[in-house]
Amino acid sequence: MTIFGVALLALCTLIGVFLGDLLGVALGVKANVGGVGLAMILLIAARSWLVAKGKLGHGVKLGVEFWSTMYIPIVVAMAAQQNVVAAVRGGPIVLIAATVSLLLCFGCVALLGRFGRREEAEASEQVRHGGAVIAGDIDDTPAPAPRPLSAPHSRPGTKA
Amino acid sequence: MLHMIEHVFVEQSLVAAFAVVGALMLISNFAGKTLTAGRVHGSAIAIVLGLVLAYVAGLYTGGKKGVADLPVFAGIGLMGGAMLRDFAIVATAFEVDVVEAKRAGLLGVVALALGTIIPFVVGALTAVAFGYTDAVSITTIGAGAVTYIVGPVTGAALGADSAVMALSIATGVTKAVMVMVGTPLVAKLIGLDNPRSAMAFGGLMGTVSGVAGGLAATDPKLVPYGALTATFHTGIGCLVGPSLFYLIVRAIVG
Repeated sequence: MTIFGVALLALCTLIGVFLGDLLGVALGVKANVGGVGLAMILLIAARSWLVAKGKLGHGVKLGVEFWSTMYIPIVVAMAAQQNVVAAVRGGPIVLIAATVSLLLCFGCVALLGRFGRREEAEASEQVRHGGAVIAGDIDDTPAPAPRPLSAPHSRPGTKA
Repeated sequence: MLHMIEHVFVEQSLVAAFAVVGALMLISNFAGKTLTAGRVHGSAIAIVLGLVLAYVAGLYTGGKKGVADLPVFAGIGLMGGAMLRDFAIVATAFEVDVVEAKRAGLLGVVALALGTIIPFVVGALTAVAFGYTDAVSITTIGAGAVTYIVGPVTGAALGADSAVMALSIATGVTKAVMVMVGTPLVAKLIGLDNPRSAMAFGGLMGTVSGVAGGLAATDPKLVPYGALTATFHTGIGCLVGPSLFYLIVRAIVG
């Protein structure tokens, strides 16, 4: 069922954010430390576990992947509520601090990315599939064969 | 009539947001395909359009939340707010290639360190250049250059002046906006085309909204890798800003 996927995603997010809050308290910081990152790691672990157990059904996948396909629209909505006026009116000190640090960091990306880079330019199948899902053009990739798990008459109690 | 339509938009805020953003994406995809012959991602255009709308709305309402300050578009605030944004970011992790991510783990840590230190030093030096001499103000502005959350958290912890806080937040917001718009432009130049460099990028840029927008506009397949490191950035910044960085700055300026 699709809701199992959505619920799994929600559970990972909640636990991750909670752990991030705990980490913040432990370090004496008034902020969440890496909660979303921890949630991502939890979800990756959950997927590996489901795949290993052969329980990654179509519904679960659909429930999670729907939200990754919504990622870009959500980011657009996020952009539409930024305080752009403040950014534009910030004045020279804001502009200089932001631009210079940005340019230096872009430079570092170029440097670090080169560090230990392998020759193979091709992205792995998994990476490309992920890109297609997030971009929302999943129908361009070959549809996976229907699994017995998601057959219309499978037992409703299939656990996620 | 108009009033009734407005009423529907207000009452069904989130549903209205889906429709509005959908329309925005449709226009952007069309513009990307026809006007730029597919050279510019539809999502890049949509993000820039979103920012422009936020600017116009900000001028009109005088508020801080762009389009979301208009009651009719309040749903955009929910759709693009931190809750659903983080939910969708976590969902992208479902597509992560674990082998790739593990391979770039150390690189991500190095990027996180550099991404916290470099902006802070630049921000602090800029503050000094503009005549700030006290350690609290210099640290707060420096922290703002890390992300727009680290700035006010640091400022609040140190008891910074509210004008300095505003400056610090503005620096962070400007950086986030610049990352969103600038990343697709420089992506090729800095080799941002694989999971490895995306993880370095996430750690270095830090700002989750900037990284989320910038990578979405550049190449969707890089999103989860950049987000994985970027989400640790703000926490680390909030940790070292009011403590380690402040002590160092105070030791230097006295």
